[in-house]
Amino acid sequence: MNVEEKVKNIIVEQLGVEPDQVKPEAQFVNDLGADSLDTVELIMALEEEFNIDIPDEQAEKIKTVGEAIEHIKSKVN
Amino acid sequence: MNLVNKKVIITGAARGIGYEIAREFLKVGAAVALCSTTEEGATKAKENLLKEFPSSKVYAQKTDVSKETEVQSFVDNVFKEFGAIDILVNNAGITRDTLAIRMSEQDWDSVLNVNLKGTFLMSKAVLKIMMKAKNGSIVNMSSVVGQSGNAAQVNYSASKAGIIGLTKSLAKEFASRNIRVNAVAPGFVKTDMTDKLSDQIKEQTLALIPLKRFATTTDIAKAVMFLSSDDGGYITGQILAVNGGLYI
Repeated sequence: MNVEEKVKNIIVEQLGVEPDQVKPEAQFVNDLGADSLDTVELIMALEEEFNIDIPDEQAEKIKTVGEAIEHIKSKVN
Repeated sequence: MNLVNKKVIITGAARGIGYEIAREFLKVGAAVALCSTTEEGATKAKENLLKEFPSSKVYAQKTDVSKETEVQSFVDNVFKEFGAIDILVNNAGITRDTLAIRMSEQDWDSVLNVNLKGTFLMSKAVLKIMMKAKNGSIVNMSSVVGQSGNAAQVNYSASKAGIIGLTKSLAKEFASRNIRVNAVAPGFVKTDMTDKLSDQIKEQTLALIPLKRFATTTDIAKAVMFLSSDDGGYITGQILAVNGGLYI
């Protein structure tokens, strides 16, 4: 499974949304119904899965599925 | 009050109020995980509880609640053992009483670290589990002196007042996940901790208590169980004073 698929799976699991809703441009809060706690849980799940650290000031800028994937890719590679 | 099979963590349960809370939960069929600062305290409490409630589930681990790694290890092990954590009772607390101008930096730090930081660290570790379950209840141990203040207890009263703020903030943060956070504020309770006080101070205190008796540890345990059970299901962010009218 590549980074993109892993991230999408985590989003589906954490936010309880359908896989086809998880498009690159989808915003966590506006499109996927996440609240502030969901967003924090999601970031923590991504940190755990990829064994990386995402500081708050970076996490605040991750608002869409695509941004999350790009951020993880930049750290994993 | 249905607490059968509920998985409960109680900190500082080797003796005093914490031990009594453990007894009361076991009495109604809950499973109890307890921690204490000493290996001996944890082991003995577990042994004695199992002697009184032989068919119960009891887990015990030596834990310094002011150290995040120890707290995490304890919570991880409890989760492995029980498969869930429904209720957290942050009871662990210490005193280092002396007048402010005689109080060392260490007296201040140790009381704040165990009482306030310990409550935060345990809550943080357990909340991650409760968030996923979308269910849970936390009861913190405040104190009447956190509400009224008390000479020779600037450290202790500040830590217990701090717990009130922590309780209200956590209640707001986690209400959306069906997690309730409340506190009990005991008055003068008969325990090892308060037995150390002089007779003169005990008499003076008794004169100030409208119900004219000190609390038993059972009085406090009952309030904790009410808040943590579904009977208190619509209550969150509250401080329940159990003080015989000492501070109203």
